[in-house]
Amino acid sequence: MGAKQFGARVARVEDPALLSGRGRFVDDVKFPGMLHACFVRSPHAHARIGGIDASAACALPGVRAVLTADDLPPPMDRNRMPMLVPNPAIAASLTQHCLARDEVCYVGQAIAVVLADSRYIAEDAIALVEVEYDVLPAVSDYRTADEPDAPRAHLALDDNIASKFRMAYGDADADAAFAAAPHVFTEEIWQHRGGGMAMETRAVVANSDPTSGLLTVWSATQTPHICRRMLADLLDRDLESIRVIAPDVGGGFGPKAIFYAEEAVIPAAALKLRRPVKWTEDRREHFMCATQERDQLWTVSIAVDDGGKILGVRGTLLHDTGAFVPWGIIMPYIAAATMPGPYVIPNYALDVKVVLTNKVATTPVRGAGRPQAVFAMERLMDRVARELKLDAAEVRFRNFIQPQQMPYAVGLTFRDGKPLIYDSGDYPKAQQEALRLIDYAAFQQRKAAARAQGRFIGIGIGNYVEGTGLGPYEGVTVRVLPDGKVAVATGATNQGQGTRTTLGQIIADRVGCRFQDIIMTVGDTAAISQGVGAFASRQAVNAGSSAMMASEVVRTQIIKLAAQTLGVPESDIDVDDGIAVARSGNRPSLTFRELARLAQGMPGFSLAPGQTPGLEHTAYFTPPQASYCSGTHLAEVEVDPMTGAVTIVNYAVVHDSGTIINPLIVDGQIQGGVAHGIGNALLEWMRYDENAQPLTTTFADYLIPLATDVPTCKIAHVESPTPLNPLGVKGAGEGGTIPAAAAIVAAAEDALAEFGVHFAETPLMPERIVGALRAVGAYDKLGEIA
Amino acid sequence: MATRSISLTVNGQRYEREVESRLSLADLLRHELALTGTHVGCEHGVCGACTVLIDGRTARSCLTFAVQADGCEVTTVEGLTPATGELNVLQQAFQDQHGLQCGFCTPGILMTLTELLRDNPDPTESEVRDGLTGNLCRCTGYAGIVSAALEAARRLRAQQGS
Repeated sequence: MGAKQFGARVARVEDPALLSGRGRFVDDVKFPGMLHACFVRSPHAHARIGGIDASAACALPGVRAVLTADDLPPPMDRNRMPMLVPNPAIAASLTQHCLARDEVCYVGQAIAVVLADSRYIAEDAIALVEVEYDVLPAVSDYRTADEPDAPRAHLALDDNIASKFRMAYGDADADAAFAAAPHVFTEEIWQHRGGGMAMETRAVVANSDPTSGLLTVWSATQTPHICRRMLADLLDRDLESIRVIAPDVGGGFGPKAIFYAEEAVIPAAALKLRRPVKWTEDRREHFMCATQERDQLWTVSIAVDDGGKILGVRGTLLHDTGAFVPWGIIMPYIAAATMPGPYVIPNYALDVKVVLTNKVATTPVRGAGRPQAVFAMERLMDRVARELKLDAAEVRFRNFIQPQQMPYAVGLTFRDGKPLIYDSGDYPKAQQEALRLIDYAAFQQRKAAARAQGRFIGIGIGNYVEGTGLGPYEGVTVRVLPDGKVAVATGATNQGQGTRTTLGQIIADRVGCRFQDIIMTVGDTAAISQGVGAFASRQAVNAGSSAMMASEVVRTQIIKLAAQTLGVPESDIDVDDGIAVARSGNRPSLTFRELARLAQGMPGFSLAPGQTPGLEHTAYFTPPQASYCSGTHLAEVEVDPMTGAVTIVNYAVVHDSGTIINPLIVDGQIQGGVAHGIGNALLEWMRYDENAQPLTTTFADYLIPLATDVPTCKIAHVESPTPLNPLGVKGAGEGGTIPAAAAIVAAAEDALAEFGVHFAETPLMPERIVGALRAVGAYDKLGEIA
Repeated sequence: MATRSISLTVNGQRYEREVESRLSLADLLRHELALTGTHVGCEHGVCGACTVLIDGRTARSCLTFAVQADGCEVTTVEGLTPATGELNVLQQAFQDQHGLQCGFCTPGILMTLTELLRDNPDPTESEVRDGLTGNLCRCTGYAGIVSAALEAARRLRAQQGS
């Protein structure tokens, strides 16, 4: 059997509906008698709640109820929300209440919910709910959150430290390496928080069917099965009486992976009021209440020999978790484990401190701690190159882990609890290829030509290794239907990744059916009993492998049944395009339709020995450990010193995500990931004032990249199949974002190298560039040039 | 709340409705006329997901009151698809060039490009990119969108020429 779909640029099956307005997103779900919800949210970053008076709101015509924490069913009225990823290193294991009880700890925290006949009335009513606040001092700047006189982010805590841990290998503190090193360079690196900013905000619809007792919840989530488990706990309901559906979801990027208070409150309201209820977040709420990421302060040193070879890396990492720790300490943990990257670093020690502030919690946003780590490491590499007057690419070549060293044990434990062992990859080849793509050899000529025209261009490199394809598992059921079509169900979800297309490609080839005959259900807990969802670039690895495994079992069932029915040996049966054909004789055949009916059996008659009912199998692949994808980005930018504007003129990506299922989709993931990275590098900064009031709560204040900001990347692939799953695939969803800020900021610095400015912050805003140039007197020089 | 009666044509079909004067055109289309292809991404006029054509010109339906569309002809994404149910040239180019991922911003982008290609049948890449600055897409990094627009322009010109 030759692969027909696997590896091909197959057009997506998701597209026709989405292109013609027939997509079905949560806000498109509608029921007769449906109520609309709007949340009363804290206007203060930290306050004690006195009384709540909802009488005026309740009196407004069209308002059906105003619910506060005490109105919620047990145990969610009093219990805090479950911690999704616990870890013994977490000192303050804090999650929030579904509706705040006595204290609010960030602006936007939900206190009450209004249920009304229309969204318009519900919004009118929230202004009429009177909440008494005793405003408390707030922690805004995480850099001073652990100082003794800092306010406390929570009344019940003695300090603001959520966790402290160390990631290290080699000699203790890397002391000996640093003491003996001829060169030690230190950088302080400050990276700011931004958001996922999916174009679809969060949304929840809940409907309890009085006949069956089934509670159905539609949520714009990456993880419907997790949502269902959380709901069962918070509502104290039997899991089987809850169905969660993630229909078309308009982008995820991480913040939709966690379980939110609103996802519990809306179902609780539907149950209490016995009416369907819808809540759709508005963009302002999304800026305040959807989780964010990337606030980290790194103080790191690198020790190198005279040739630029790394002897050790050590330092500290301070991470802002916000007011709560719903996803544990995953991002700082991943960051600390990602720092060594593709380089041989004999000694490594990083002390990590996670602090609480009065801001919305941080949880993974595309990259999850990795972009910050790569930025920190690559800034050190650029520093080494500059100080030792070496080429930036050359310094990296001198330090790469070589392909023959694979599998390579870094010496740390990764986020999956397994030793951090790179399974495969060819880092020097990826960088070599990227240098060729962008014509690095001719860059100095381009730079000189540009400079002669008064333009400033620069080039920067970002290398990374990314742990992808994390467990625990994802499942796929493959079932041949009596009409001959192939039904597929999976716990994997789709927020734009083309999950239906890629899984369909695997299944069509492996079962032997037509791609267009596959009917797939994704994101529905009723379709498959166990599921996890989309995060950590994990679905192609986990669900893809399960799709292959389930398909092969079903194909075997088809061959057995066809051989038995046609009276030929199993080895004589070919399966293709939904037909099992005997190679011998006059080539008798059976269609999937005929086989599926035979496989159902006849009432009263036993199945043949060894035959299983139906043509159906469910497989749950569980990876032995993370698979490590890698790559090199090269950014060529032009900086206008007069405005501080950075224009990306050329961008090359060489990416290794192992075997590629669909190059069209993988390239799309990379290009989109780079766009997010450009936002992180140059534009996106979720700002708060000194009282932790959010300042950037519109797309006019918080800029995300436009069509004029993002070039079409030159993309090439190195394919190092991982031995860790049967397809050889690794994740592809986050690699585009991870090294982008490192490459772009390095390129901007290189463009202005003649002025001696240095950048160690993201995003690199125009005012920062102009400020840096002003500080070094560049404008006097530029004046002379002019 | 004050209401007014309006009549408008959407995708060739005439509707008469009694609406609150504060009802947005986006909410009218989505929740009263069941045309949920038009999406609402920011409700402050930046993201462009809600873009529709009003009397042939692009407009933000989240910032337009339904009463402002009284007497107007509105075209939404549902109105782009030919009666045969197939994709039109622009839509097909989007599928071919991977111009969408999650598809949430796509309807607004299709409306913007419908106007752009009508007014400028042979745009440069830079004109397409400029034309798209009123639409945010978080998934694609715009490359597929830009190539789909240029490809659609080529195919449409070839059709006109033949």
